[in-house]
Amino acid sequence: MSQIVLQAKNINKSFHDPITVKVLNNINFSINKGEFVSIIGKSGCGKSTLLYILSTMDTDYEGELLIDKQEMKNKKEAQLAKIRNEKIGFVFQFHYLLNEFTVLKNVMLPGLKLAKYNAKEVEHRAMEKLKILGIENEALKKANQLSGGQKQRVAIARALINDPLIIMGDEPTGNLDKKNSENVFDIFKQLTQEFNQTLLIVTHDQSFARNTNRIIEMEDGRIINDK
Amino acid sequence: MNYKLILDIAKSLLLARWKQTLVAAIGVTFSIAMFIALLGFMTGLNDLLDGLILNRTAHVRLFNEIKPNPNQPINASDAYKTHHNFIESVKAVGGRLEIYNNAAIIKTLNADPRVLGLAPKITAQVLYNSGATDITGIVSGIDVDAETKLFFFNDYIVSGKVNDLKNIANSIVLGKGVAEKLLANIGDIVQVTTSKGDIMPLRVVGFFQSGVLDIDKVQSYASISTTQKLLGKGNGYITDINVKLKDLTLAPAIAKEYAQLFRVDTEDIQTANAQYETGSSVRTTISYTVGITLLIVAGFGIYNILNMMIYEKMDSIAILKATGFSGKDVRRIFIAISLSIGVFGAFLGLISGFLLSAIIDQIPFNNPGLPAVKTYPINYSLSFYIIGTIFSIITTYLAGFFPAQKASKIDPVIIIRGK
Repeated sequence: MSQIVLQAKNINKSFHDPITVKVLNNINFSINKGEFVSIIGKSGCGKSTLLYILSTMDTDYEGELLIDKQEMKNKKEAQLAKIRNEKIGFVFQFHYLLNEFTVLKNVMLPGLKLAKYNAKEVEHRAMEKLKILGIENEALKKANQLSGGQKQRVAIARALINDPLIIMGDEPTGNLDKKNSENVFDIFKQLTQEFNQTLLIVTHDQSFARNTNRIIEMEDGRIINDK
Repeated sequence: MNYKLILDIAKSLLLARWKQTLVAAIGVTFSIAMFIALLGFMTGLNDLLDGLILNRTAHVRLFNEIKPNPNQPINASDAYKTHHNFIESVKAVGGRLEIYNNAAIIKTLNADPRVLGLAPKITAQVLYNSGATDITGIVSGIDVDAETKLFFFNDYIVSGKVNDLKNIANSIVLGKGVAEKLLANIGDIVQVTTSKGDIMPLRVVGFFQSGVLDIDKVQSYASISTTQKLLGKGNGYITDINVKLKDLTLAPAIAKEYAQLFRVDTEDIQTANAQYETGSSVRTTISYTVGITLLIVAGFGIYNILNMMIYEKMDSIAILKATGFSGKDVRRIFIAISLSIGVFGAFLGLISGFLLSAIIDQIPFNNPGLPAVKTYPINYSLSFYIIGTIFSIITTYLAGFFPAQKASKIDPVIIIRGK
């Protein structure tokens, strides 16, 4: 029996400005530990909106969301921040590294925030993550000295630092060329296979999605296909 | 809470924009420095001006005033008690300025724990004789030791020795203005005529300059015994008792109490010199207003810079929030930035304010009216430094609070999707 990591029950969301438009319609699904799931769909089908709800950053929705069997509704902002810190790793289309810090420090930040380990330990773990991604030699450079592909790998390392329950990605390969995209995909694949890491990736890249374990296809705010 | 991490992030953001940060800090430095220099200078000036009058004024003065008796005989009559009585041509009575039984009064005053000290005094109207002309003036008979101790008499002696007044019989300290009119030098003899017509030669042992020209033109000092001799009175004769209190603010109440107790007229310092206190408080208020205005302007500078920083760092804030920093953490980061600008700026401001005060303190200020003062007066009270620091921390906190509040409310979704 595999463990359910994330579960969405009857999630609905509407935008009310300027007129009420239903963007998500009765979304139901769950993700088990170790799954590599991709959400695909055309632009404006609501896939990113869904991801932000699942990531707890957007709290304006109806329905239930359970992460690690905990109900997310009615939690305070600070509690949600703690859950994101501890259980969710993020990779966005843009890397969002902090240029003021070194690569190593960028990776360490969420770990230092969690404060589960002391600074020395967090640094050691950050180095390990960078090693997995093959960029340990860049650790002491400033974030803005790296190439686009390297930056995205640093962002993945940052997502991994607290050993999250699930990694969520919003078009993580959207800004990368073909070679780097494949690279990132390989990394994700390696993470599921070697570390049994759960991944939920929103993408419109069909070739990327095709290689994942499970594809959730969306259209007009509904799931039309889940296989 | 993980303050170390928050401070670390704040530090990095600060250093990333160190030029702007420095400008903001300099704003605080400048305002604190001005605040301290301004208050130090203004208060120094206040102390000087107040001292000019207040140091030499008794807190409570006991004397007998020549005035009409308020209890006219008709008031004692039962028959006319309820009537409205008009009395014409009422004249002042007595004409005796002496304080009766003053030895007992002095003894009682000295035993009063609220009294710091007292100085008996005799005031005599005189004419200084200079050839054919007479110059009107006042000779005050004083207890030199008490006067020096309580009213800083020593500070106003510009030449000669105070103690000579006590030690040489029939000596006088002339007001600077009087001496110039009489062309008198130390060691000369001046002739003094009393209002009763007695002439007495007195030896000049010093000159006195109060800084108030009108006083210096008429006022001279002699010892109590010399003045008693001058007036032809016995050695119990005293016209004034000047009392200095431990707490100046009690003066009006104590003056009233003494008037009843000793049946003399009394005057308290607040009534006698109301205008000086008003002047001081107005000057102090102006200084504080200017100082605090400067600080508020500096606060706006910090507010602007933080707002700009937040605008620039929108992405960083969004990712910090996405990766688990709460709104509270973000707010703390920006308040930490603001406060460090404030603390750093204030620290430099305290030092430069002190240096500025020290420089002003060196500027020569030679006023013939103020013999004791050679440079601009500065008050180095610690309280200005404390108030300056507290205000700078409050203003920078407030200047940081609103932008920080804004930063804490940034919705990461909007930023991240906006790319």
